[in-house]
Amino acid sequence: MQNFLDFERPIAELEAKIGELARMGDDVSVNISGELRRLQAKSRELTLQIFGNLSPWQVTQLARHPLRPHTLDYISRIFTDFDELHGDRHYTDDKAIVGGIAYLEQRPVMVIGHEKGRKTKEKVERNFGMPQPEGYRKALRLFELAERFKLPILTFIDTAGAYPGIAAEEHNQSEAIARNLYVLAGLKTPVICTVIGEGGSGGALALGVGDYVMMLQYSIYSVISPEGCASILWKSAEKAAEAAEALKINAENLFKYQLVDRVLPEPLGGAHRNVDEMAQHLKAELILQLDKVMEKPIDLLLTERYARLMHYGQSVFE
Amino acid sequence: MSWLSKLLPSKIRTSSEGKGANVPEGLWVSCPQCKGTLYKPELERNSEVCTKCAYHFYLNARARLSQFLDEGSGQELAADLHARDLLKFKDTKRYKDRLVHMQKKSGEKDALVVMAGQLKQKPIVVAVFEYAFIGGSMGAVVGEKFVQGVERAVQEKCPFVCVSASGGARMQEGLMSLFQMAKTSAALQSFHQQQLPYISILTNPTMGGVSASLSMLGDIIIAEPKALIGFAGPRVIEQTVREILPEGFQTSEFLLEHGHIDLIVDRREIRDRVASLLAKLLPR
Repeated sequence: MQNFLDFERPIAELEAKIGELARMGDDVSVNISGELRRLQAKSRELTLQIFGNLSPWQVTQLARHPLRPHTLDYISRIFTDFDELHGDRHYTDDKAIVGGIAYLEQRPVMVIGHEKGRKTKEKVERNFGMPQPEGYRKALRLFELAERFKLPILTFIDTAGAYPGIAAEEHNQSEAIARNLYVLAGLKTPVICTVIGEGGSGGALALGVGDYVMMLQYSIYSVISPEGCASILWKSAEKAAEAAEALKINAENLFKYQLVDRVLPEPLGGAHRNVDEMAQHLKAELILQLDKVMEKPIDLLLTERYARLMHYGQSVFE
Repeated sequence: MSWLSKLLPSKIRTSSEGKGANVPEGLWVSCPQCKGTLYKPELERNSEVCTKCAYHFYLNARARLSQFLDEGSGQELAADLHARDLLKFKDTKRYKDRLVHMQKKSGEKDALVVMAGQLKQKPIVVAVFEYAFIGGSMGAVVGEKFVQGVERAVQEKCPFVCVSASGGARMQEGLMSLFQMAKTSAALQSFHQQQLPYISILTNPTMGGVSASLSMLGDIIIAEPKALIGFAGPRVIEQTVREILPEGFQTSEFLLEHGHIDLIVDRREIRDRVASLLAKLLPR
């Protein structure tokens, strides 16, 4: 059974009817295949219609969908021979961020991403994808490792945000994030970032500074969660939908404001409806963009990366 | 508020309070720490530091700059830069209106004031956050002014100092404001290659996106006493972990204890301390 969101209810009802009809078809002699085909076409049409006009808040729900593919789902489908590398070399191994070396086709690459986990136990182990400073420091170690051995870096962003905890502050969450921004800005190897689900604030950005930034169609990227924004500015977390609207946090809006370079279309109904198709599409795009950035001499790449970072905000005060 | 004023309708109440006809407004202030009553002009002369218990009051950006730099040496950079409401952001109030209101109230165009000047006859560029302007939040204008300050320091081959006081990134500018974290950090990355010192001074409060970018990247990081400094706000942490936060959590003293900052310096000594630190770092 597919997991339907509230706004997908009309589709869910239709799909239930189709399921019922299909079961009837098994034991009744009458031919219902025509009717079944008609309903399936209608379901598709309905999905197209609903998904053709999603609000930023609806996209937020899709970005957080319980079945939405995570970093490890993409790693297993896109790369081969993935060696996960662990630990920050100081304190612990933060499982909210995974990273390691793998092949993208024939090319060795460094892959780093947030991982929310799938089953309850794993989610807890991975702190629901909310990293502590140690996670960012592991990422930093892998960034620098990649630089030394001239491996391009591919990051996958999917976090509600850096974890707001006591130990996280004691271990200097601020510095861990700041350091990654700082190092990535001058890292002498290509970096391609993809927001695959939730791009939550500084905790997302710490893996998000690079030469090319993509977002999946139903992913979000925001300075603050809609709930957090609503509770501060509207004094009520209930106003999250309005906050999502005001923040323009969905991929298509952000592309319009030229904050990201590309929006990758998702399969009809979202990436979770066809993970393999999404992964193949993402893989093709990663290869394409990687070919482009790898062609450039590193000095040019760094100059362009710097220029692109400096350009952020120009439209606001021009 | 007395029982009598409570009975009065609010309209009358506000007009009868504070702005009395002949009494100069706010000549006396009460110290939130020692509860002492302080004479305002004296407090101002003392850099807004309590004369009795050394509690550090809010100090506006311009006053700080004029106290920090050699007298009359400050020349403001990018003074005319101001924000446009690109997202047409509206919460309980339009961002556009909020900007205008804040500009009138604070007299600043945005939340960062940057000046090139001299510190004890040596050139320096100083950026100071104005907390009274939307909580010192960092949007596109703050990011750009910061970068222009850094660039000026490169041109002048002089040190760069930033005094933070900020709630974090400015929500009303959406993702653009988050990206200012990357922009300012990149500028500092490039600045560090110049072998010039960047001194970051943290004041109350320095949180969120400002803390997690330019503030924590100083070659030397100084904090004023008892400032609140951190990534996540204490309330958010309390709600998340459902625990009482430790005593003094996220204060300057806590940060020093945990190795996050180099020094805690009383505001009245910051000018001398920075000058002496820079004298040791700069080429002879």
